[in-house]
Amino acid sequence: MDMLEFILTRYNYWIVIILMMTGLYIVFSRGNLVKTVVGLNVFQTSVFIFYITLSKVTGGTAPILPYPNPDKYTGGHGEGHKDEHDKAHEGSHATNGEVNSHQLDTSHDQNDVSEPSAEGAQDFSLTPEEAAAVIAGQGGNTLEANATGTVSDATVAHESLHDLSEIAAANSLKEQMPESLPSEGSQSSVSIEQIDVASSDAAVDISQNAADSVYGAADVIYSNPLPHVLILTAIVVGVATTAVGLALAVRIREAYGTIEEDALEAMDNHAATGSIKGEGGEA
Amino acid sequence: MSLISQLPVLPVLLPLMAAPICILLPRGSLPWAFATLVAVTSFVCSLMLLGEVRAAGGVISYDLGGWAAPFGIVYRIDMVAAIVITLISGIAAAVFPYARQSVAREISHQQSSFFYGMMLITFAGLLGVVSTGDAFNVFVFLEISSLSTYTLVAMGARQDRRALTAAFTYLVLGTIGATFFVIGLGLLYAATGTLNMVDLHERLIGMDNKVVRAGFAFIITGFGLKLAMFPLHRWLPDAYTFAPSVVTAFLAATATKAAIYVMLRFVFTVFGQSFVFLDVALIFFIVLGLLGMFIASLVAVFRDDVKQMLAYSSVAQVGYMLLGISFATIDGVSAAIVHLFNHALMKAALFMAVGAVFYSIGSHRISAFRGIGKTMPFTSAAFVIAGLSLIGVPFTGGFISKWLLIKGALDAVLPVPSLLIVLLIVASSLLAVAYIGRVVYEMYLAEPDGSVPRVNVPAGMLIPLIFMAAANVYAGVDAEGLTTVARQAADILLSADQSLGGSQ
Repeated sequence: MDMLEFILTRYNYWIVIILMMTGLYIVFSRGNLVKTVVGLNVFQTSVFIFYITLSKVTGGTAPILPYPNPDKYTGGHGEGHKDEHDKAHEGSHATNGEVNSHQLDTSHDQNDVSEPSAEGAQDFSLTPEEAAAVIAGQGGNTLEANATGTVSDATVAHESLHDLSEIAAANSLKEQMPESLPSEGSQSSVSIEQIDVASSDAAVDISQNAADSVYGAADVIYSNPLPHVLILTAIVVGVATTAVGLALAVRIREAYGTIEEDALEAMDNHAATGSIKGEGGEA
Repeated sequence: MSLISQLPVLPVLLPLMAAPICILLPRGSLPWAFATLVAVTSFVCSLMLLGEVRAAGGVISYDLGGWAAPFGIVYRIDMVAAIVITLISGIAAAVFPYARQSVAREISHQQSSFFYGMMLITFAGLLGVVSTGDAFNVFVFLEISSLSTYTLVAMGARQDRRALTAAFTYLVLGTIGATFFVIGLGLLYAATGTLNMVDLHERLIGMDNKVVRAGFAFIITGFGLKLAMFPLHRWLPDAYTFAPSVVTAFLAATATKAAIYVMLRFVFTVFGQSFVFLDVALIFFIVLGLLGMFIASLVAVFRDDVKQMLAYSSVAQVGYMLLGISFATIDGVSAAIVHLFNHALMKAALFMAVGAVFYSIGSHRISAFRGIGKTMPFTSAAFVIAGLSLIGVPFTGGFISKWLLIKGALDAVLPVPSLLIVLLIVASSLLAVAYIGRVVYEMYLAEPDGSVPRVNVPAGMLIPLIFMAAANVYAGVDAEGLTTVARQAADILLSADQSLGGSQ
């Protein structure tokens, strides 16, 4: 079972590896030029997923600053939360180390733990000092947000699949989710398999808010934005490569009348021995 | 905000900005004149930059957009980078003037502005690869230059449709190489959390685990593909054979050189000699370098197409450079840098001579060279001089680099007996005598084939060609300057003290 667990908890890496090998296999085994380009695309896509996997921080939300709402803050109830808020902040930092090593355990615990669901509007407010800290880039990609009020009704999925402790990415921040929260809404148990990386972003976002509303305050964890930026660049490069590759395939079809590699090779070999120009490849 | 303070970015920025303008220019000579002007200006900037780097004692850093090093992208020009930048822009400054008539002959008039636009983008990409101090930026510039190179190679289709299949193969293998590099970078990023090369080095010190090793292997394999390391060279001969003459002359002299530069950067600056796994890679370099220079030379001897012969010879010459890198001593690495420089000069001259013959006779098969010693004396003389340099005859650049390489091999402690390496270097040089000799024999000793109509080669092509050949001789006679600079560069690469102001 250990083996199975090892494989399942790293399923995203397996997807990367399988896609990568599939892509490379298509590139080398298919004789059709368009299929070769498709193979290249699959191969590149695996790299995109690899980068996204790297950047995912457990419990992290999309790297966008919560909208600061000064009215709410000056409305008074921010002050009361301040002490509690700081404590919670320290506490969560203190537990970060442990959480790292206990990733696997918590991920199983949470299969049964259902998260609270609450109703209402969500908003965040930032203290001016915190906002300044964010702008100055202090504290990595952690920033404090005061969640006031209640949170929109949602079924919460939380997952701790990304056991990056082996890789120990310097900027991956771990967040411990509250394990025994008073649950008010409908109960739902979520299994790991049901979660997919893309949709969990949103779900985790909401679970974060729920947690905030319970504690009054907590860190907002962001996924690492940099790999996303890198991948955007790589996607642009990939699209350009595909475009050039397909354009070449069109030109080859115009010049040779086929895009099957075997036929092309036969014609080139013929040219190498028959034409006055060029010697041809390694015939 | 004087222009001098922007110097590190100017050689890259000028051609990059000029390329879209060039595409918009009306067809004809105007795009050529504009591109040539840009290339020459870029060369002047590079020379100034080289001077600045020497004056600054080794390293100039430039924060793009004013963002400091670990967060922003930094251009980090040290001695090695300055040499390669000067080399690339110098080759461009010689090839662009040559291009006019050759391109008019080989490329459709309709495509002339696109052709020069693509050349400028390739040029900018190669300079960017060398200038940048950010690992991911290397990938971006590499793909900028590669994508434009694929189209340039494909433009040879007007002469021979096989250029299209060659370009396609190049595209597939080049993309796989680049993607391997990105995978490797991803692994390194996962291990260190940074992409700045100096930062990477600092964090990689003492780190040796599977992730870093896998990253290293991916990066080296990726660049092995890009620089046509021996068993990964399949794309190169066809691409060089069927590309337009100008493109071949430019690429052979610059593209693989930029890739070798990045290899040097990653092997020595990013991973550094403290990286245990490096030794394994260096053994690979020795073996593949030796195999490459021997087997590729052997294949070159039996080629009947001179362009293809020289392309295989390029694969062999990459072997010499890898060999120099694999010694991991100051002598070895400086020999690799000197050879990188000299090989660019000789291959530019050789391919330009082949281009001139193609202009005149319309073929680059060896039979076209029959008797041209009498009818095309300048082109033939230039070919012979560059050929001698390729063989490594004294008073040419090639002699200096082979001398340094042999000296490095004898002084270094290697897993393979030094004497064997020296023997193989000499044997491979003898093979070069064989293939260059075949062409020279046809040129001077065979009777000219009177039936082939020929066109006189214009001065616009001859002058850059003669200039290139002269540069080969100059590099052999007055090698003091280059070897000193290369030693300095090797010293920077190999010195353990990497805190040389990368992040300042």
